[in-house]
Amino acid sequence: MKPARFDYLRAGTLAEAHATLASEGEDARVLAGGQSLVPMLSMRMARPKVLVDIMHLPQLAKIENDGNTIRIGAGVRQAKLLAWPALPEHQPLLAAALPWVGHAQTRSRGTVCGSVAHADPSAEIPLALLALKGAIHLSSRQRQRRVPAADFFTGMMSTARNDDELIEAVEVPCRTPGHGYAFHEFGRRHGDFAIVACAAVAHADGVRLAIGGVADCPAVRDYPDLTDTALDDALDGFSRELDARDDLHATESFRRNLVRQLGRAAIEEARRCRA
Amino acid sequence: MSKAGNKSWIGQSVERIEDLTLLAGRGRYIDDIGLPPGTLHAAILRSPHAHAEIRAINTEAARRASGVAAVITAAEVTKLSASLVVGVKAPIECWPIAAGHVRYVGEPVAVVVAADRYLAEDALELIEVDYTPLPAIVDPLAALDPHLPPLHEGLGGNIASDRSFRYGDPERAFAEAARKVSVSIRYPRNSCTPIETYGVVAVYDPAEDAYDVLANFQGPFSLHPVMARALKVPGNRLRLRTPPDSGGSFGIKQGVFPYVVLIGIAARVAGRPVKWLEDRLEHLCASVSATNRVTQLEAAVNTDGRVCALRYDQIEDVGAHIRAPEPATLYRMHGNLTGAYDIRHVAVRNRVVLTNKTPTGLNRGFGGPQMYYALERLMQRVAIELKLDPIDVIRRNLVPAKAFPYRTATGALLDSGDYSHALDVALHDGEFAELKERRDVARAQGRIYGIGCTAVVEPSVSNMGYITTVLTAEERRRAGAKNGAQATATVAFDPLGTVSVQTASAPQGQGHRTVLAQIVADVFGLVPNDIHTVSEIDTARDAWSIASGNYSSRFAAAVGGAAHLAATRLKEKLARTAAAKLNVSPVEVEFAGGRVCARGNPDNSIPFARLAATSHWSPGMVTEGNQALRETVFWTPPELTPPTDADEVNSSLCHGFIFDFCGVEVDRITGAVRVDKYVTMHDCGRVLHPGMVAGQITGGFAQGVGAALYEEFAYSPEGAFLTGTFVDYLLPTTTEVPAPTILHVETLSPFTPLGAKGVGEGNCMSTPVCLANAVADALGIAAIDLPMTPSKLAAHIHPPEHARGRS
Repeated sequence: MKPARFDYLRAGTLAEAHATLASEGEDARVLAGGQSLVPMLSMRMARPKVLVDIMHLPQLAKIENDGNTIRIGAGVRQAKLLAWPALPEHQPLLAAALPWVGHAQTRSRGTVCGSVAHADPSAEIPLALLALKGAIHLSSRQRQRRVPAADFFTGMMSTARNDDELIEAVEVPCRTPGHGYAFHEFGRRHGDFAIVACAAVAHADGVRLAIGGVADCPAVRDYPDLTDTALDDALDGFSRELDARDDLHATESFRRNLVRQLGRAAIEEARRCRA
Repeated sequence: MSKAGNKSWIGQSVERIEDLTLLAGRGRYIDDIGLPPGTLHAAILRSPHAHAEIRAINTEAARRASGVAAVITAAEVTKLSASLVVGVKAPIECWPIAAGHVRYVGEPVAVVVAADRYLAEDALELIEVDYTPLPAIVDPLAALDPHLPPLHEGLGGNIASDRSFRYGDPERAFAEAARKVSVSIRYPRNSCTPIETYGVVAVYDPAEDAYDVLANFQGPFSLHPVMARALKVPGNRLRLRTPPDSGGSFGIKQGVFPYVVLIGIAARVAGRPVKWLEDRLEHLCASVSATNRVTQLEAAVNTDGRVCALRYDQIEDVGAHIRAPEPATLYRMHGNLTGAYDIRHVAVRNRVVLTNKTPTGLNRGFGGPQMYYALERLMQRVAIELKLDPIDVIRRNLVPAKAFPYRTATGALLDSGDYSHALDVALHDGEFAELKERRDVARAQGRIYGIGCTAVVEPSVSNMGYITTVLTAEERRRAGAKNGAQATATVAFDPLGTVSVQTASAPQGQGHRTVLAQIVADVFGLVPNDIHTVSEIDTARDAWSIASGNYSSRFAAAVGGAAHLAATRLKEKLARTAAAKLNVSPVEVEFAGGRVCARGNPDNSIPFARLAATSHWSPGMVTEGNQALRETVFWTPPELTPPTDADEVNSSLCHGFIFDFCGVEVDRITGAVRVDKYVTMHDCGRVLHPGMVAGQITGGFAQGVGAALYEEFAYSPEGAFLTGTFVDYLLPTTTEVPAPTILHVETLSPFTPLGAKGVGEGNCMSTPVCLANAVADALGIAAIDLPMTPSKLAAHIHPPEHARGRS
């Protein structure tokens, strides 16, 4: 359980990080909090030639709030965002989802953007980004681009990021007055990867529901203001579109049932929060 | 510390001597011990296949790799060592590395010795192994099939042992029974997963053909001759030492012994000292697992719920090898197959099977969880099928208080107890009536709530002969009788008259040093801080026997008792020497407050230290019989006799009693179990240190919760190992483990010097089945296997899914 040989670059400037990513391509990996990457290195499931450590770039370690959008830099650790006093007021869904991300110990190292880059199908932060219509800011030596969350997560631990790009920041809209937010999750133990996670945003015209832990990447649906059996039918349909699978921790049928029941609970709570 | 009057240190929760060191990060674990100059580091290539033939191994590139000193495969190991002895009479070989075949995922195939662990792991990737995969046997019932090819050539099939036993007249009891009740159980594989993994530092001295090995081995030291024979050296040419501190074991560290042999050979081949530390991936897939077991258990029952007879059919899955001391897991409970109950007729069939899974070994509870799961599920079924109260069924069958010492049908001598009294106290002090009200309220609200209970006899201080019950009486006669549970302790005085204690019981974090200090301080009238205790073991220097080590909950009862006896012998000598100085008779000499005085005349006294130093400074003034420098006691209880010709075996010396009850709620949406209340009543004889006893109970309870709800070493039908990391092998964390209510009654053991019994394993035996009984009660189901995962339980709650439609 020792990593294979690699070079380590502590990037002193963003340009230096970009240059290495450009020259090494897929042989380079960005090191932020290391909570997923370092175990993968130790198990030799990841074998980069060079690690580019971006945690010493102060411009990336910022949470910025312009009143419409919250921008979270690549150096922001999950614990820092969770401890940001304005978070519950300005983005209650993220505030509700973050305590479900790993444990206090992993949150104190792991970064918000690192979780997005890793794109585990059960991860809470990508799910929240998708539910909130957030976006990912990518940059390379050549260009900068902004990718909506709905286009970013492309499959099991795969994203729209190119090898020469790094995630500079993610953004989520601030709370919209009149919207209600709710986050529900079930895992085997507190802090485990979700078996099913649900993020719901209720608004005047209906509800947006994102589901994680079931399909290869988080999935989202927008519904008009459904009630009773119409909502049951919609959730049943969603549960069957997600290609749930059996694994050690849950059967596919159990997962579908949780999508129906936790999904409904999340929607109902989000609606109550609107009021 | 102060001590009022003649109050004993025993029974007080004194501060642990160990804690200042451990909490300050100054513990000396295997990985902290300084290495001999020139030590190299080993990494092990392991099988990715559950079952395969090894057609060729090409190690050339690895041998040429940077920093590599040696690559060792079965070719070297089979030349330089002998097969490990196997616990049954069968032509099976057991090597610490795969020879010809791999038989489980994780089996060692090659060892690379290099300048550091990184380079060793780099070189592992250069080894080419040509495997021909073979079909794997995973299900223990499949292993019974005589048509499937044997995993070991020498064995006709995959049944390594098949013995039937009969006690009393079970056929008649079943024929005459009013009712028969049965359960069918598949107990899963799990492990108690210590934080610290295995570690070995081996040195080979070619001049004396001798091995000097530091390993975090815990015993039993009956494995020392197994290792010496495998290394083909006389016993005195294998020096085995243990580090002072251990990051936990729960029995698991016993399983480091094949690696002592393997790394010893690696050191011999490399010509340099070699260190190997097991990593977590290696530990989960290839250290040791508890056995999984398939049990059919039937009871012959009177209409009042009185059980007249039991019929066991146990199929024990020991994995790919019968590694010593297996099949001990199956026989450890043999004397206790009737649990806490007075049942005189028992029939047993025990089969030991081989499958393509990790070999099994010691694991906290050791056979108790598997056996009690069947017996206590059965007792609940008796109550339900006869429409009786489960508590009444337990009470009606308990061994009566006046019957002690009580010889069970299968041979155990239950030393002491008042089980009915303990049960009554538990129900009263644990507020059982209030729990029933909680259940009724919850059910009235539509919640899924159940109550479970269980009664368990917790054996401790194993009889080293119990494992020979696997042999027939004739085979035992030929092999020579085996029995006993020798415990050793040494107490010594130095020239300043201070006291040192050494015992042959490698502590795993329990706090041995503190308890030994309490025991010896009481004898000499000192305070625990005056006593210095050495807890590491060195087979070249220390007093030890095959029974030495830390297992079968033997410390408090056996090792603590031996220390008391050694100190008492020295005290008697000192008393005689002091009597002459104080001009009183020896019986009038008292030891208190650091002084030795004449009874009733504290002014006529001498300091303890001066008296204790007498044999150093003026031995000529002390008669030969009173020389008091060092005393070693080897204590063996006469009750631990070999198995009789009728296969009765007193498998353990002491028997604590446990009665647990609990209330659980199953979530209607998720199927998750919430433990609402858990009460555990213990009678473990004299409680030496209440804080440590509470620690033992709480820790065992946590592991019981893990076994009940979370933990399983899972394999695919093809033998792939599915739980290779802690992401998939789930341990309960502090947020999943509620605090149990712990209650005690004390019935001293008449068989141990201090009246103490073991208390280390009981909740690993009682808690899984108590929780299962509660969940079965909540869901109203008859069959339930562990672990009780939400997904499994939800299937009992949720209606089946429509092909396409609403939930």
